[in-house]
Amino acid sequence: MSKKTGPTSDWSRRDVLKASAATAAISGAPMFFSRNAYGADFLNNPGDASTVTLGFNVPQSGAYADEGADELRAYKLAVKHLNGEGDGGMMNTMQPSELKGNGILGKKVEYVTGDTQTKSDAARASAKRMIEKDKAVMITGGSSSGVAIAVQGLCQEAGIIFMAGLTHSNDTTGKDKKANGFRHFFNAYMSGAALGPVLEKAYGNERNAYHLTADYTWGYTTHDSVKNTTEGLGWNTAQNVLTPVGAGDFSQYITPVLNSGADTLILNHYGKDMINSLTQAVQFGLRDKQVNGKDFVVIVPLYSRLMAQGAGDAVKGIYGSTNWHWSLQDEGSQAFVKSFGQEYGFPPSQAAHTCYVQTLLYADACERAGTFEPCEVVKSLEGHKFDGMGNGPTEYRAEDHQCFKDVLVVRGAENPTSQFDLLEVVEVTPRAQVEYAPDHEMFAGGDLGTCNNGA
Amino acid sequence: MDAILLQILNGLDKGGAYALIALGLTLVFGTLGVVNFAHGALFMIGAFCAVTLQKLLTLSTKVKDESITFFDAYKEVPILSAKFPVVGPIIVDLAVPLAILVAIPVMWIIGLVMERGLIRHFYKRAHADQILVTFGLAIIAQEVVRHYFGANPIPQLAPAVVSGSANVGSWFGLGDNVVYPWWRLIYLAFAGIIIASVFAFLQFTTFGMVVRAGMQDREMVGMLGINIQKRFATVFGIATVCAGLAGVMYTPILPPDYHMGMDFLVLSFVVVVVGGMGSLGGAVLAGFLLGILQSFASMNEVKSIIPGIDQIIIYLVAVVVLLVRPRGLMGRKGVMED
Repeated sequence: MSKKTGPTSDWSRRDVLKASAATAAISGAPMFFSRNAYGADFLNNPGDASTVTLGFNVPQSGAYADEGADELRAYKLAVKHLNGEGDGGMMNTMQPSELKGNGILGKKVEYVTGDTQTKSDAARASAKRMIEKDKAVMITGGSSSGVAIAVQGLCQEAGIIFMAGLTHSNDTTGKDKKANGFRHFFNAYMSGAALGPVLEKAYGNERNAYHLTADYTWGYTTHDSVKNTTEGLGWNTAQNVLTPVGAGDFSQYITPVLNSGADTLILNHYGKDMINSLTQAVQFGLRDKQVNGKDFVVIVPLYSRLMAQGAGDAVKGIYGSTNWHWSLQDEGSQAFVKSFGQEYGFPPSQAAHTCYVQTLLYADACERAGTFEPCEVVKSLEGHKFDGMGNGPTEYRAEDHQCFKDVLVVRGAENPTSQFDLLEVVEVTPRAQVEYAPDHEMFAGGDLGTCNNGA
Repeated sequence: MDAILLQILNGLDKGGAYALIALGLTLVFGTLGVVNFAHGALFMIGAFCAVTLQKLLTLSTKVKDESITFFDAYKEVPILSAKFPVVGPIIVDLAVPLAILVAIPVMWIIGLVMERGLIRHFYKRAHADQILVTFGLAIIAQEVVRHYFGANPIPQLAPAVVSGSANVGSWFGLGDNVVYPWWRLIYLAFAGIIIASVFAFLQFTTFGMVVRAGMQDREMVGMLGINIQKRFATVFGIATVCAGLAGVMYTPILPPDYHMGMDFLVLSFVVVVVGGMGSLGGAVLAGFLLGILQSFASMNEVKSIIPGIDQIIIYLVAVVVLLVRPRGLMGRKGVMED
């Protein structure tokens, strides 16, 4: 009778091989059978549902309501295209792209909307409702940096991706940046950097500038950025006066400009505030004045077609910067303008463009990640390079989640050739000219932190 | 000197609006004894009379815009201007002044309906009840306007001929730096004319004399066989028209939205309290005074000493006035003291 000695086992080599194969099959199964399988635990995981919900949180009232309305139009168009309806718009030009026109990850895209009222508390309440009640997997929207920063913070705490709409403050991807937040729109620093050379060429090196600045984060960073640029050109800054958002009547802020000795008025205002302040500045005769032997000039650092439309003739010849303009001739812009125009009967604004692009970028990131899990989507977006979306080659910088691309300098059209031809592109400023280090002093003080998936 | 003159003009301009609203507010309080929190809404409704008229005058047909080739775009062509190419644009340009003619009967009817239908049932009720019901009315008016006109401000243009600025400095032998928009000067003159008309009406007509007597002693006037209630209803109508006209004329200065009445209401109540409850002269004086103070407080030189003073000056002055003169600048003994 033989006796086994040493370590003994009932497992044959074949059994081990079978067990290994079974283990490999089981561990691979979730990824093979279900693309959402990572996802057992993350907030608002749509799981096996046939639809997925996005939350569009825009100002439908308040000083930025016009931009909000156009943002909402763009979001609805993006949803239509993602679900395979319409002509596809920029989905046909986006490179690279995993979008197939069958929703996101095969789920039909649905959406809920909210009114931020251009107020941080209302915006947070609205976003909270979308996350908790409507189970939105992503929140997007903007038009006020104060609001965008507040909602970005909420999404970070909740564990939801925030794709910022129109927000131009340096702080959104500076001191208030968050791992769950991403901004496609350009920022105040980029506006200053792009405007500098154009202003120098147009107005020289000896100017005395008076700033009227919206009293919140966007106003502060825009003032700082433009001041940094203009003082670099040799201009003097006469005064900076903070004005409340939605002031309506700016007469008490404009009249002191008349006697200040300034020959340049820089309006760090946006939306209806810019329309009112510019219109009233013109009513007070500022543009007809001569000071220090020079024609008095007005500069609007952040411009949009909607504002130009509201201000009418007052915008003629006034310089500013913009993220995008419908008259651009690249394939992506033309596809978007055609699609938006057919849907609504007029071209999209820069606010509409950035919101449309953000929605497509999020959808594409989910497709590339193979999941809606926020931290996988973050990884998918960080450092992502793309083209065909209207701004030339663009990159989502991993360090601060800010997109880097070309910036447009525009001027109010003197002789418009159509009802929409209100701004003319003076210069396309290359990305290299507006780029900055992640630890630049104007963006310092924040911490991206780590991604939160809400589990 | 230039800066001071400009700030005085700014203050008078704002004060004109405050005074017009406060005048109606205190007229209603002085005669009917009603604290009307819907008065700001009447200012807003007046503004929307101008908006409505402008919308009617610019009713448009859509015509294909051939200059846009890559999608189907349409231009809006105003029917009136298309049918009457010479007169049409002139009428549209004069929309705001024409709205005054529309607003007078509209506001008068609104005032009478409001007084006869609701307010008169609250004459003998506590002020708290009056405040609740009129505040509720204001919110209803606000939401109706929001429903039909949306939440966004709707810009109204002053007639082209007065859209520029006047060289006010040259009138006073000062430099060219003192310019002021024509429409704001017109608003100031308009406010002055309306205020003077109301005072003259109350001072120099038999009707006014009865109303003033009723303000002093309602019961005694009633005992003399005069139907004072009927006259008070007319006074409510006058106050409503004043608020409405103030709203119409303010539209080129501040694009109207559904909330504008509430913004002015709070300030106007402060004006009434500072002027003295029920005192017409006090309301006008306080309106202009607080407008000017607010304007000076917004000067950079002042704000550099006390930051944010422009936002609180009116309330600060109200506190000081009420501490020194508890009945306001021109308040009477016995009003709201029972």
